[in-house]
Amino acid sequence: MKWLLNNWDQVLVALGQHIVIAFTSLAIAFVLSLFIGVWAARSERVYRWAIGLSGLLYTVPTLAFLAMLIPIVGLGRTNAIICMVSFSLMILIRNVAIGIREVPEEITDAARGMGMNAAEILARIEVPLALPVIVAGLRIATVTVISVAVVAAYVNAGGLGTLIFNGISNDHAAKIWVGALTACALSVVADLSLARLEGWLRHRAA
Amino acid sequence: MLLLEAWQFIVEHPARFRDALVTHIALSAVALACAIAIAVPIGVWLSGHRRAALVAITTANIGRTLPSLAILALVMPVLGTGFLPSAFALTLLALPPILLNTYTAVRQVDPDIVDAAKGMGMERRQIIARVEIPLAVPVIFAGIRTAAVQVVSGAVLAAYIGGGGLGDFITAGIAMMAMPQLLVGAIPATLLSLGTDRLFGRIQQVLTPRGLKAA
Repeated sequence: MKWLLNNWDQVLVALGQHIVIAFTSLAIAFVLSLFIGVWAARSERVYRWAIGLSGLLYTVPTLAFLAMLIPIVGLGRTNAIICMVSFSLMILIRNVAIGIREVPEEITDAARGMGMNAAEILARIEVPLALPVIVAGLRIATVTVISVAVVAAYVNAGGLGTLIFNGISNDHAAKIWVGALTACALSVVADLSLARLEGWLRHRAA
Repeated sequence: MLLLEAWQFIVEHPARFRDALVTHIALSAVALACAIAIAVPIGVWLSGHRRAALVAITTANIGRTLPSLAILALVMPVLGTGFLPSAFALTLLALPPILLNTYTAVRQVDPDIVDAAKGMGMERRQIIARVEIPLAVPVIFAGIRTAAVQVVSGAVLAAYIGGGGLGDFITAGIAMMAMPQLLVGAIPATLLSLGTDRLFGRIQQVLTPRGLKAA
């Protein structure tokens, strides 16, 4: 506690870095998944391949993934971000594809009947209606990415993991507590806020 | 080239590699076994106790969001370093998915089927053992599969708190920037994780009752 009071600025910097790398990775993964997911919603074969491959990436242990990237991209944020994007792809692609598939055909048919073209139907009908499912995916992906980002400190990507690793190597329990609990709190807060958003979107859709 | 050097490292240090691999598997197996032994009975019990379930499910849901490294790190100041603290942390990591799936699995059993069993004169205990559990097993096992992959992946991080395992090669490799050694940890850990997923997927299929597969 005393350590926290004296070093709160250090904790805030770590928290800020953590949020920045997590958010960057999520943004990249989200854009990629939107494209792949829309494509996968139209074709069963693409869906199987996309989920198969991204599922493979998802199963690789975090630290092993970060380690295998070192010979290729070295240490640092790039490494961490590639790893985090890879980890969130499966969840996001799956939810985008499922969300779009679940849009009732009568609705898209009606839109077509009103003279909308494929792009308009996608942007104004399918994606908005799929949004609750997409946000549900985003929620799981966010929690995953925050968790991966803790480990990413080991490849010099910064963030809350730095406090934990310093604490472990200096046998400084307070640092470990602060780093770990802040990471847990960030995860829980992100999860709950996105759950709120998801609930609100579902409510609005119904 | 790098792969060849990594292979050479294994050939030159067979005992070290074997020890790490065995520790890794032992750590994962112990943690998973403990988690199953704890979470399955609690999950089954909770399915009949609504109020307790609400508390436990909320706790498990929060537990699921906690970063695995944070859990391992938090165990260290309390229990110290080594095999047992790591196994304990990994058990905590494996509890939420198994608990949540067990609870959902038992709750999802069709009430009509339970009624039919009651009509056939089965007692509560028989219904649990011969109707609810067989029907719930595939979903429970899906949770066990998720937990198993998480534990095998998480065990890589156990190296930080002195738990040993394949993560040791990775941490040493990063510390010395020795690429081959790093891969000696990373590649087998990845294969182990993928293999675990496959293996448990296969078992899950076998355990699904024939009646459910047709549906």
